[in-house]
Amino acid sequence: MGTSFDTGTNTIRRTERDLGTAIAPAVRPRPETTTRYQRLADEDRGTGGESLADFLGFFSIGLGLSQALMPGLLARVVGIDHADERNRTVMRLMGMREISHGLALLSNQQPEKAAWSRVAGDALDLAMLGGVLANPENKRGRTLFATANVLAVTALDVMCAKQLSKQPDTVAHKYADRGIIHTRRAITIARPVNEVYSFWRNFENLPRFMRHLESVTVLGDRRSHWKARSPVGKSVEWDAEITEDRANELIGWRSLAGADVFNAGTVSFDAAPGGRGTEVRVDLQYDPPFGKLGSKVAMLVREEPGQQVQDDLRHLKQVMETGEIVVSDATKQRGPHPAKPDAEPVTL
Amino acid sequence: MKATCWMGPKKMEVTNVPDPRILSDGDCIVRVTSTAICGSDLHLYNAFMPGLEPGDILGHEFMGEVVEVGRNVKNIAVGDRVVVPFPIACGHCGACTAGLFSLCENSNPNAWMAEKLMGQSPAGIFGYTHLLGGFAGGQAEYARVPFADVGPLKVPEELSDDQVLFLSDILPTGYMGAEMCGIKPGDTVAVWGCGPVGQFAIASAYLLGAERVIGIDRFRYRLDMARQSAGAITINYEEVDSVPDVLKDLTAGRGPDHCIDAAGMEGHSHGLFYMHDRVKQMMRMQPDRPIALREAILSCANGGTVSVIGVYGGLIDKFPMNAVMNRSLTIRTGQCHVHRYMKPLLQRIRKGEIDPTFVITHRLRLEDAARGYSMFNNKEDNCEKVILSA
Ligand SMILES: NC(=O)c1ccc[n+]([C@@H]2O[C@H](COP(=O)([O-])OP(=O)(O)OC[C@H]3O[C@@H](n4cnc5c(N)ncnc54)[C@H](O)[C@@H]3O)[C@@H](O)[C@H]2O)c1
Ligand SMILES: [Zn+2]
Ligand SMILES: [Zn+2]
Repeated sequence: MGTSFDTGTNTIRRTERDLGTAIAPAVRPRPETTTRYQRLADEDRGTGGESLADFLGFFSIGLGLSQALMPGLLARVVGIDHADERNRTVMRLMGMREISHGLALLSNQQPEKAAWSRVAGDALDLAMLGGVLANPENKRGRTLFATANVLAVTALDVMCAKQLSKQPDTVAHKYADRGIIHTRRAITIARPVNEVYSFWRNFENLPRFMRHLESVTVLGDRRSHWKARSPVGKSVEWDAEITEDRANELIGWRSLAGADVFNAGTVSFDAAPGGRGTEVRVDLQYDPPFGKLGSKVAMLVREEPGQQVQDDLRHLKQVMETGEIVVSDATKQRGPHPAKPDAEPVTL
Repeated sequence: MKATCWMGPKKMEVTNVPDPRILSDGDCIVRVTSTAICGSDLHLYNAFMPGLEPGDILGHEFMGEVVEVGRNVKNIAVGDRVVVPFPIACGHCGACTAGLFSLCENSNPNAWMAEKLMGQSPAGIFGYTHLLGGFAGGQAEYARVPFADVGPLKVPEELSDDQVLFLSDILPTGYMGAEMCGIKPGDTVAVWGCGPVGQFAIASAYLLGAERVIGIDRFRYRLDMARQSAGAITINYEEVDSVPDVLKDLTAGRGPDHCIDAAGMEGHSHGLFYMHDRVKQMMRMQPDRPIALREAILSCANGGTVSVIGVYGGLIDKFPMNAVMNRSLTIRTGQCHVHRYMKPLLQRIRKGEIDPTFVITHRLRLEDAARGYSMFNNKEDNCEKVILSA
């Protein structure tokens, strides 16, 4: 591994060398473990999720606009009945800060802009406090306390910055552009590997935890017939075959030619460390009905593919750990429903 | 049955709704004999927690008589008198096995919502937003209790409802708040908020060996209760220039060894920063006003503990991380893992080490829940804790 540091006039060069190990044999991790997890880490982990930054960006702009345009009204909202000019100015300044913050967040091609907006915003806050400190009517202790607060970084900003730096060009995003969904999800189940593997390997169990499956009929050693509800309501059916089956390790499958919905995937089972049970990982690709548009529509009604797989895995965990899928008064109904009992029969 | 429904901000209505039914073989149905309004319910009342829908039945502090059990229920039977812990826990997952019941991995059917906002989902909670499950609450005549073998605790007949009701939430919560501090002999503990949770945090800090406990609030009647009933030294934050300064004075410059935030997301204060926090909260930019939390952090002694039992619902601004990091503070927090404290605290009540009834100031009928909410919210009529009974 060769690295060079440009230090202006001199260039320091390092020569290739074996990195060796710094850890004593007794505490060194087992190579099988590190290799497996490093491979997982290196593979695509993108799920094509939405960005939190957009959401926060719009909120910042909304708040900022109202602060800047209606400072008197907002002052009243927070309990200052007769806002003086200074109060209103402070409100406006805070408003401008929120707007710049929001705009920078939305232009997320340049996340560094968001950082600059934060710096500018913090400067405004400090200026505001400077004014307060200079006013002899204000109590010093409280203001110094407040100053210490301002000097701290805001949790909101940190979260956004983290999100912004997390928009890699993943395989999932590329697939999504072609209308094919590729998703990877995982869950830990507090049951032994052989139990979880056997439960899954009996495909007729799958509809017990996969919301969209109506039935799976095993046709032979490797072939099965699947029937599922699509997001638009009508049933879709296909035949599938097992492409790989390693007991207590991995099951691979894919739909056969002529399927309504092309899909292929693997599910792997690993012993979770420290007796935590089984790590289940699903890697799934499919071509949703009506292609890219279909997947967008599905997202609108919360049928986002990765989320669906995650829900299914959670239901598997519930079934294996507690014997049932957990429901509440609100979730036992389809669609929004208040958290109260209903005289209607359960519709799941 | 009659139930207390949230119909919009500051709008509670007691209406007739269908009776709950057993939905799963592990459920039981409890006929509620006593239930209480919690400071956490006020965050819902004021609509500061995300994930409410008009018509939701609220209430997570309740007890009563078991009137029906599902087929698989073994530990309790029809006729038992039980107190129900507010977090819903399956008893089998990794979190439950580790005693972290409010983090049950299986009990929130809307875990996906919570994951979007918080990264991971905690347990489901009765009557506490769709984000935490969409379970109907216990401020009603009947309630469905999932995982009946794991949660409800049978209580002896010789203890009254008043004596055991708070095992459902606020007594364990105050106790956990003090326990998380890791109190050592000679330690001083400061508690922000002298609501019912703060009162129990103060009392518990003494139970766990604190030398001095300081209670902070602005309502005189609450400070009086903290002083007389729970044994606190009290500070009215409206009467002092700076709470951290007074605390420094009381501890000869060290600061309290442990600081407990029992005020939560609707913290109150004066000045520009309060204004800034309130604007953000009104605009749904920032659901929380972390005023007590910031003050607790800045007041805490070097190397001390900040124990956060006040509830927060979102992202917060101006968090003094520099103080936390450079001064080696430990932050501990969580929704209370009620299940693990119920039995030991029941023992303490039986032995007379603590009498939780001291916080009760108002008793109303379930029909009058709406009045109870507004009174508790506005701290009217020296209201500390409201009990509703059927
Ligand atoms: N962690 C848990 O499991 C759990 C359980 C129950 C309640 N809670 C939370 O505990 C908190 C308190 O509950 P409660 O029932 O006592 O409510 P409460 O509303 O009766 O008490 C809150 C008190 O905090 C005081 N306060 C507000 N700002 C303050 C400040 N800056 N400094 C000092 N005191 C301040 C208020 O005057 C009030 O007396 C709430 O946030 C509630 O949601 C948490
Ligand atoms: Zn509560
Ligand atoms: Zn659990």
